Amino acid sequence: MNERPGVFSELQARFGEAALTAQATRDGLPTFWAPAGRAAELLRYLKTEAPGPYRMLYDLTAIDERTRTRREGQPESDFTVIYHLLSFDRNEDIRIKVALKGDSPAIRTVTDLWPSANWYERELWDMFGIRVEGHPHLRRILMPATWQGHPLRKEHPARATEMPPFRLPDEKETAEQERLQFHPEEWGLKRHGADTDFMFLNLGPHHPGTHGLLRLVLQLDGEEIVDVVPDIGFHHRGAEKMGERQSWHTYIPYTDRVDYLAGSLNNLAYLLAVEKLAGIEVPDRVKTIRVMMSELFRIISHLVWYGTFAADLGAMSPVFYMFNDRERAFDVVEAICGGRMHPNWFRIGGVAQDLPEGWDRLMREFLAYLPARLKDYDGLVMRNSIFKGRTKGIGRYSLDEAIEWGVTGPGLRACGLEWDFRKKRPYSGYEWFDFEVPTAQNGDCYDRAVVRVAEMRQSLRIIEQCVRNMPAGPYKSDHPLTTPPRKERTMHDIETLIHHFLNVSWGPVIPAGEAFHGIEGAKGSNGYYLISDGNTMPYRVRIRTPSFPHIQMTPLISRGLMVSDLIAILGSIDYVLADVDR
Amino acid sequence: MSDTARSLVTIFAVLLGALTLAGGFIWVERRLLALFQERWGPNRLGPLGLFQGVADMIKIFMKEDWVPPFADKPVFVLAPMLIMVTTLASLAIIAFAPGLVVADLNIGVLFFLAMSSLGVYSVALAGWASNSKYALLGGMRAVAQMLSYEVFMGLSLMGVVMMAGSFRLTDIVAAQKSLWFCIPQLPGLAVFFIAGVAETHRSPLDLPEAENELVAGYHTEYSGMKFALFLLGEYVGMTVVSAMIVTLFFGGWAGPLLPPVVWFLVKTLFLMCLFIWLRASFPRPRYDQLMLFGWKVLLPVSLLNLAVTGAVLLVRGA
Repeated sequence: MNERPGVFSELQARFGEAALTAQATRDGLPTFWAPAGRAAELLRYLKTEAPGPYRMLYDLTAIDERTRTRREGQPESDFTVIYHLLSFDRNEDIRIKVALKGDSPAIRTVTDLWPSANWYERELWDMFGIRVEGHPHLRRILMPATWQGHPLRKEHPARATEMPPFRLPDEKETAEQERLQFHPEEWGLKRHGADTDFMFLNLGPHHPGTHGLLRLVLQLDGEEIVDVVPDIGFHHRGAEKMGERQSWHTYIPYTDRVDYLAGSLNNLAYLLAVEKLAGIEVPDRVKTIRVMMSELFRIISHLVWYGTFAADLGAMSPVFYMFNDRERAFDVVEAICGGRMHPNWFRIGGVAQDLPEGWDRLMREFLAYLPARLKDYDGLVMRNSIFKGRTKGIGRYSLDEAIEWGVTGPGLRACGLEWDFRKKRPYSGYEWFDFEVPTAQNGDCYDRAVVRVAEMRQSLRIIEQCVRNMPAGPYKSDHPLTTPPRKERTMHDIETLIHHFLNVSWGPVIPAGEAFHGIEGAKGSNGYYLISDGNTMPYRVRIRTPSFPHIQMTPLISRGLMVSDLIAILGSIDYVLADVDR
Repeated sequence: MSDTARSLVTIFAVLLGALTLAGGFIWVERRLLALFQERWGPNRLGPLGLFQGVADMIKIFMKEDWVPPFADKPVFVLAPMLIMVTTLASLAIIAFAPGLVVADLNIGVLFFLAMSSLGVYSVALAGWASNSKYALLGGMRAVAQMLSYEVFMGLSLMGVVMMAGSFRLTDIVAAQKSLWFCIPQLPGLAVFFIAGVAETHRSPLDLPEAENELVAGYHTEYSGMKFALFLLGEYVGMTVVSAMIVTLFFGGWAGPLLPPVVWFLVKTLFLMCLFIWLRASFPRPRYDQLMLFGWKVLLPVSLLNLAVTGAVLLVRGA
């Protein structure tokens, strides 16, 4: 199934025939198994030497394979570590898998290759108990330091009902509290400089400038930031673990809540991956509806960012204007989906209902309403000289740094790289639409803002095209795995009735296999890597979220600046904590 | 005897008037901001939501008078009082109408500057006594900001003083019979207004309390009545600065038809609304940018204004 034998033969020529095993996957993404001993060497080659190098570590995760039954043609493995790399030159991804054996597996770190691997490897340790040798700071990242066990291991309970009742005796409470004591050294921070004693400031987890439960430990010299250490995990809800106990269908509402500002966009990423696994082709109308709603949610998400970013910089009014606009957009969403922030409206093989009567009028009203407002905001925010003074040249990173650290989305495009998955790898019918990919050159807070503001206008363009050219036809696929299936014929033929009954009661059984799909989310590239064991529930759900690497990067771009700049930087990154912690 | 009685009446009238104005203005600000921001603001309690202020006051009075255990108690309690004392004291010199002034000092302008300088202590001490890092950063910013803005604030008024030939506010008002000083002293007005915003640390120059960065800055640890004193202090401060601008640049109580005191109030209220408009419009500069703007733009402007005014007066006098 590998469509590009090019990479495979290239790697075989370099590392010998026996070194690599290819694996066929449902998504056709070149997937190779590498022996643990040679993985680092292989990755280094792919990143630095290969023609059209795979410069970005797009994702790094693992699978607990111990209870997986359908692994035809794959090498023996208890825990599989997966490196997902992205090549901008080739516009191609590659997946390198490394098989690990035993109950306490270990692997070499790749932090020397990609600095962004740091947090991903900590997550490996935290979630799977995979020891990463040579890692500079291997501690838990999402779970509390005192947590017992590694949640994404299959033996770890998924529900509270599978665990003994929670008790907090005094000794435990004391121990927990002691564990919370702040010791700068543990965070890799220094207490004293050459001639200064540093001040440590605990910014968050509850702070008006962090937009959610994010903790940043600052080492300050006056108001100047010497170092920052982000502490995440406060918003961790086990979204990936929950995937393993929800049916393919009932997991959709959970995806809404990952990037909770971008509703449908999450559904889209998940469902495109599910549909790849199931082999469902959706009708054109479905594609167009999905694109339309996703772009509306991109605008909604960007409006929240716009307002809060301005508020972070001390401007009081914009946030009210933009939230009002967002309300208008939600009115449209509500009329179409019933829900607002979490519409939970896309379905496997289609959407929940057809568009309601009068949807186009509502959408047109919104299309007519927003541009004038955006123009106002240009004057109020973007052209304001204090705003410019606060954002230009602040939080700057180069294109190379962006790629090193796994930055995607507007943050990447602000560095001058015109990379948009909607254009580069069109999905869900984006190839039919006429739109531009806004970029900027400097990679600072201001340019990230410029890109997002321009993106809202492009999204309006796409929606406008959707409204104009909405294809007629069914809003659900005919595929038997479509959930819920089309109802019209259920009472007329037994086949449809059975499918309907099964898919609604147990949920669809998605064929065994692996598929990844990444989309251009509102905050960067959002992707779902799904593994089916031929069951009604996923065997493993991996959510690649953009905010995770973006937040990891904050220390790099905040050092040497002031506390106020840090707030500007956080605002300009546009993250959502649920998207960081999942 | 009748003199004393008269003074007492004036004092109470001014005190009551100013406090009511400042307290009532919180409601005006909230409604006006809401208007600017496409929302309603407090509109439920009483006609037009007017009793919201009363309700807030009751709530604040009922709150526990709490001092954090880690704070420096005496200083922590003293700080909010200081701001009230200094701002209320500066009210004493303001001439609301002919004869309606508590103390018509011959050094009125200097007294105002002195009081606003003392006001810095309140914020600095609050930041220090709270023994909290956010408060400390807020206090630190406040001292830096207010000390620098103090300089131009004083300098920007000297043009007016030179033109009027007196520090006494009633003399300055009298000197504006033919032409309000806002025209010849436009640069002075601009600098004084900006410095006034910085002195009262109103948004966008509210760096000492910058919510998004420092949670609540110097008053992070304050609650209840002590917090209310800071809030009220800020509003009285804003009233005083507006009243000073009216007195020094807009002819004080002068105006046709309406009684002087009404003119004075109308002008003052207008300026206070300007403060709100400013708050609704601008983002907050960074603390070093604010300093830079002060020392590199406002200081030269006010010095130049001073020199030009002096030269013009000299030429005219000769």
